[in-house]
Amino acid sequence: MIEIDSVSKVFGSGATAFTALNDVSVTIRENEFFTLLGPSGCGKTTLLRTIAGFNAPSSGSVRLDGEDLVALPPYKRPVNTVFQNYALFPHMTVAENIGFGLDMLNRPKSEIKATVAEMLELVQMTPMADRRTSEISGGQQQRVALARALAPRPKVLLLDEPLSALDYKLRKGMQVELKRLQNETGITFVFVTHDQEEALSMSDRIAVMSNSRILQVGSPHDIYDHPAERFVAEFIGETNFLTGKIAGQEGETLRVALDVGGEIIARQPPGDPAGQAVTVAVRPEHAHFCAPDSAEATVTGEVSNVVYLGTDTHFHLVLSDGTPFALRLQNTPERAADAKLGDRVGIRVAPGVAQVLRD
Amino acid sequence: MAEPKGFNVKKQHGFTTIAVLCFLLLYTPIILLVLYSFNAGTSIAIWEGFSWRWYISTWGNEQVKEAALLSLWLAIVSSAVATSVAVLAALATTRRAPYKGQTVVFAIINQPLMVPEIVTAVALLIFFALIKNYTGYTGGAYLFIAHSAFCVPFAYMPIRARLQGMDLTLEQAASDLYGTPLRVFRKVTLPLLWPGILAGAMLAFVISLDDVVITEFVKAAGQDTLPTYMLGQLRRVVTPEVNAISTVLLAISVTMVIVYFILNQRKN
Repeated sequence: MIEIDSVSKVFGSGATAFTALNDVSVTIRENEFFTLLGPSGCGKTTLLRTIAGFNAPSSGSVRLDGEDLVALPPYKRPVNTVFQNYALFPHMTVAENIGFGLDMLNRPKSEIKATVAEMLELVQMTPMADRRTSEISGGQQQRVALARALAPRPKVLLLDEPLSALDYKLRKGMQVELKRLQNETGITFVFVTHDQEEALSMSDRIAVMSNSRILQVGSPHDIYDHPAERFVAEFIGETNFLTGKIAGQEGETLRVALDVGGEIIARQPPGDPAGQAVTVAVRPEHAHFCAPDSAEATVTGEVSNVVYLGTDTHFHLVLSDGTPFALRLQNTPERAADAKLGDRVGIRVAPGVAQVLRD
Repeated sequence: MAEPKGFNVKKQHGFTTIAVLCFLLLYTPIILLVLYSFNAGTSIAIWEGFSWRWYISTWGNEQVKEAALLSLWLAIVSSAVATSVAVLAALATTRRAPYKGQTVVFAIINQPLMVPEIVTAVALLIFFALIKNYTGYTGGAYLFIAHSAFCVPFAYMPIRARLQGMDLTLEQAASDLYGTPLRVFRKVTLPLLWPGILAGAMLAFVISLDDVVITEFVKAAGQDTLPTYMLGQLRRVVTPEVNAISTVLLAISVTMVIVYFILNQRKN
């Protein structure tokens, strides 16, 4: 278990000071695939490097199973990193690269040999053991980097956008592979990425970061269906935003009177919304057509564009006050009548499906 | 045919002529020098047939042997010392965040490259005279100290270039994999730096072997390196023996350059 407690990191000083981490706290559980997700410059790599020991936090503490890591240099932390550019040692063979960590730990030669063989097997690189790292492909280098970091059996494996240099197909394959490795080894993975799809498909939990802060931590399902803040809703997937005022509370949900007219019943955000005026996020696939101005219609609008996407059809609508609204329907054979360009349509959002945002 | 547009120096009139002329001026004297080292006669200007006699007589010349030994010894020691210092200097100037005054530090390290050699020579002469005055020591060590010092920037340049081209994450990866700073240096930095170190050492070696000006000013009485011995000879009778010594020195330099070149090729 990694406990990151109020960690801040400021680079430089005076006028050129840059806050890369601003009071970040998060707990990463044992054996979980934990992803730090955010756009470039959000502080996710800085946080990873703080756990690895490549930079010291300006304040706050990092503990691993109760032990304070901040005072330890990188070579004394039971944590290994897979670097974005792999950082394989060019003067060593694949096998020597994988055995490097164990060699540094002064393990006996026989044990190193056995573990290297086991790791080569694990990442399916056994035939390449004696190759130079410059003689293997990018995807293979990626596997070697993984094996090298896993060989010393770290308590935590840190992965810094390890898939970003691979092409689409290899990346897809490696995503499955990484998940398998994490299951087989039982090691905690902390994975950094800016790719929301990657984060959703691989993680047990995701921390969404922006502007040197963690905005929300939760399962992929939580993060996607119940974004707490506008940034989270916007960064992950597509979202419609409707503004309104809180009209009442019903258990876990809030009744919101929309500015465009009509009411919507939406989930309460974690942590109370800032005031009466709120934004409601609606995923395009959570909305459906119904008769315009009918009782079941949440809002009413006009179809301004229809885009056929094979598996789905994407409808661009304009609500009566000019707010754009996107609606996506799956193209199943039994799907009922479509809306056409220029049609006036009702849009129904089931109660409790939409999410009220915190800000 | 697709011709590259724009200015092409090779297409300028007289390009080939000038190039050939330059090469002729540079290499004809050297070729002649090598040729006449095999002259059977005693003249360095009249060809009297092929012979090894000057190589044989040089081999038998005790003074040449002594000077050659000193030259070699001096070049080995000073290039070793200079290279060690240069590695430390290169590490200190590349393995840290940019800092105020780094240009000044860079300039100070490379000072001997920029200051006229004669100035360095005179300065060393005066400085060593001062030390001699206080310590009374007048031996040959001054020459070793001087050579070690002025060879540093020559060794520093290729090592620094190599360090700057090195991926910093490699060292980070090594320390992440439980390498203590000393072991990271030994297992990762040093092996990757090796071609740079070798290049720097060879450059320092050749510079030391070749030096006349500073050596002439600093050497102790009776101390002679090959270049200063040859200079001394030229003041008296000039025989093809000088050509023979020069040819051997040339052979050493050319070998060094070739080895340096091959090492650089392998790196790429």
